[in-house]
Amino acid sequence: MQRIARSLVFTGLALALVATLALPVAGRALAQDDASLLDTVISRGRLICGVNGQVPGFSFLDPDTGEMNGFDADFCRALAAAIFGEVTADNLEFVPTTAQERFTALQTGQIDVLIRNTTWTLSRDAELGIDFGPTTYYDGQGVMVHADMGVASLDELDGASICTLTGTTTELNITEAMEARGLSYELVPFEQSSETLAAFEERRCDALTSDQSQLAGLRSSSADPGSIVVLPEVISKEPLGPAYIQGDSRWADVVNWVVYATFTAEEFGITQANVDDFLSSTDERVQRFLGQGDVASGSLIGLDNDFTVNVIRAVGNYGEIYERTVGIDTPLGLDRSGGLGLNQLWTDGGLLYAPAWR
Amino acid sequence: MTEHRPSTFDKSLHAPVPLWRDIRVIQIVAQVAFLVAVVAAGFLLINNLINNLEASKISIDFGVLERPFGTKISEGQLDFNPGESSNWKALRAGLQNTLRVVVVGLAGATILGVLVGIGRLSTNFLVRSVAVTYIEIFRNTPLLVQLYFIYRGLRLTLPESLADSYRLPGPVFINRRAINFPLVQGTDTAWLLYAGLAAGVTVGIGLWIWRLRVQDRTGQPAHTVRWFVPAVLIGAAAGWLASGDPFTVDYPRLETFNFAGGDRLSAEYTALTLGLILYTAAFIADIVRAGIQAVPYGQIEAARAQGFSGGQTLRLIVLPQALRLIIPPLGNQYLNLAKNSSLGIAIGFFDVYNVANVISNQTGQSVALFAVMMLIYLGISLTISAIMNAVNYSMRLRSR
Repeated sequence: MQRIARSLVFTGLALALVATLALPVAGRALAQDDASLLDTVISRGRLICGVNGQVPGFSFLDPDTGEMNGFDADFCRALAAAIFGEVTADNLEFVPTTAQERFTALQTGQIDVLIRNTTWTLSRDAELGIDFGPTTYYDGQGVMVHADMGVASLDELDGASICTLTGTTTELNITEAMEARGLSYELVPFEQSSETLAAFEERRCDALTSDQSQLAGLRSSSADPGSIVVLPEVISKEPLGPAYIQGDSRWADVVNWVVYATFTAEEFGITQANVDDFLSSTDERVQRFLGQGDVASGSLIGLDNDFTVNVIRAVGNYGEIYERTVGIDTPLGLDRSGGLGLNQLWTDGGLLYAPAWR
Repeated sequence: MTEHRPSTFDKSLHAPVPLWRDIRVIQIVAQVAFLVAVVAAGFLLINNLINNLEASKISIDFGVLERPFGTKISEGQLDFNPGESSNWKALRAGLQNTLRVVVVGLAGATILGVLVGIGRLSTNFLVRSVAVTYIEIFRNTPLLVQLYFIYRGLRLTLPESLADSYRLPGPVFINRRAINFPLVQGTDTAWLLYAGLAAGVTVGIGLWIWRLRVQDRTGQPAHTVRWFVPAVLIGAAAGWLASGDPFTVDYPRLETFNFAGGDRLSAEYTALTLGLILYTAAFIADIVRAGIQAVPYGQIEAARAQGFSGGQTLRLIVLPQALRLIIPPLGNQYLNLAKNSSLGIAIGFFDVYNVANVISNQTGQSVALFAVMMLIYLGISLTISAIMNAVNYSMRLRSR
C-alpha cells in the first residue's frame, strides 16, 4: 500500500507541475485588461518601435552614422522623448519589419508601436486586432516608369510588366486601377523593396508602383534619378500613420497626443531652437500646451506634465520633421505645398489638425 | 546434488519486487506519464494560442477563404479574375504554380543528379573533377543565396531590350523577363489525330508481340522496332490527313512593352526551377554515387568476365542493384525540393506560399492561413512519400 501511495504522490506532483505551467498563461490573459503597454514600456525603460528600415526619407539606416533616420523614425524618437524625457541610445530600439510581418509583430507584442508607412484601412482596423493613430502623412499610390519609354500616363501602360511589394494595399490598388482601365499587364510581386527596385532598374519591369512618397525615396536612391519618371495619376488614398494594439486606450492616448503635439507646436510656431524661449511665455494656451505652471496637461495621460517640451527638444515640430527628412531640400524633394498640399497645417489649407489642448 | 545455494540468495529470489523496480509497473507508469505530458503540452500550446488570440481580439476564421482575392496572379493560370475569384481559387492557382515547379524540378534534379553521380565515379579526370566541384559548391552554399544569384545573374546576363531577345528556332524568344515560345493548341478536329495515333500504337504493339512470337518459333531476328514505328507513323499520318488541320499555333509577337501571344516561362519560374534542380541534384548525385559504390565490386568483375561492356555493366548489373539503396534517401531529397519551392517568394514567384501570405496579410488571418498552408505542403509531401514507398516496395528483393 505504501508503494502505491508513493506512486500516487509522484503522479500528483507531475500534475501539479503541469498545472503551475498552465497558470501563467491564464494569469497573463487576466492581467491584460487593466495593465497598459505604457507601464510595460516605462518599467522596461525602452520603447520598441517597428519601422520599415528600407525607405529613404521615412526610415532607413544612415550608412555613415549607422542610425535609423527619417520621418517615421523621428516620430519614434518623439514618442521615446515623451515617455522618457529624452532619447538615448538605450531607451529606443528600432525593429525593421517587412510588409508581411509588421502586423504579427504588433499583435504579439514584439513591437510597442508600428510607425512604418502603414495605410489605415477599414479591414485592417476591424480585423487585425490593431488600432490606428492620427495620420502623419497623407499619401497616394503612384506609378513610376523609365523615362526612355516615353510614357506620360497610366493609360499607355497596356501590356506592361509592373513590379510591386507583396502583402500591401499597393498590389490591390494597382490591380483595381489596371482592371478598371481594361489594360493587360504582368504583376511581379516581391517581398523586399530593395528587390523590387533592383528588378525595376534592371528592366525586369517597365513600371514600379508604390506610395508616391516611397517612389520619391526610391527614385532618389536610384543610380540615375533622371532616368525615372513618376506618372501623374494618384490611384488611391494612403493615409499613413502609427498603429498600435487594439483595446489599450491609455497607450493609444500617449501615441496620439505625441503626434498632436508636433502639429500643435507648429501651429504656435514653437521650434527646436526657440522652445526654451516659449517656456516663459505668458500666453496661457502656450503654457497649457507646454505643461508649464500648475495646470495638469501631460500628466493627464500618464506622462510628464511637460512632455511636449521634451518632444520638441528631441525632434522639433511637424514642419521641422518634414523638411528635415522628406522636404524640398532633401534628396526626396517632396514639396509640402505641392500637389494637393494635404500635409500642411489646416491653417495653410492642409489636413493637419490637432484637437484642443485643454 | 545435495549442495544448496546460500540461503540469503533464496530469500531474495522470493522476496516481492518493490513496485518502483517492477518492470511491468514501470512500463505502465512511464506510458501514462508520457501520455499525460504530451496531452498537457498540447493543451498548454493550444490554450496559449487561444488566450493570446483572445487578448488581441482576433478569432480564427476560415470564412476569409470565400472572400474575393484582390491581386492579379500573372504567373500560370491566366483566367484568374482578380477582385471576383475567391481566395480559394487564388490558393489553387498558387498551388498549380508550385506543382509546375515541383514536377519539373523533380524530373530535372533526378536526371542531372544521376548523370553527375555517375560522372563523379568516372575514370576520366576531367569529368570526375567537374562533378566533384559542382557537388561541393552547390551542396555547401545556402539555397536562398543560390536563388538570388541565379535570378539576378540570369537577369543581368540576358538581353535588356526585348527587341534584342535571343531568338531560337520556333521562334523562341529569351530575354530577362521570360522565355516566350509558340503555343500549340488542338483544334476541334484534333481528336482525329489522337485517334489515329492511338490506333497506330495499338496495331504497333500487336505487331511487336507477333514478331516476338515469330522469333521464339523460328529463331529469326524479331526486328520489333522496324515494324512498330511504321505502324505508329501510318496511324498518325492518317489521323492528321483526316482531321485536316489539327493544330493552331499561337506565335509570340513583340508589342509595345512585352511579348503577347504564345506561352511564356517567367524569369522567376525559370530561376526558381533551375535553382531547385541544381541544388537538389548535387545531393542526389552523392546518393547515387554512394548507391553505386555499395554494389560489391565482385559483381562488376563478374560482369566484365562475362563480356559485358562498361555501359552494359552499369545499365544491367550495377544500377538495378544500386537503385534499392538509392530510393529511400532519394525520397528525402524529393521532399526537400517540394518544401524548398516555398523560397520562390524571395524572387517574386507567385506560388501557393506567396498567395497564402498575401491573403494572410490582407485579412490578418495568419493562423488560419498557416494551417491551410501546412495542410497543402503536408499533402504534397505525403503524396511524394506514398509514391516513393510504392516504388521502393516494387524494387524490393523478391525471394523465390
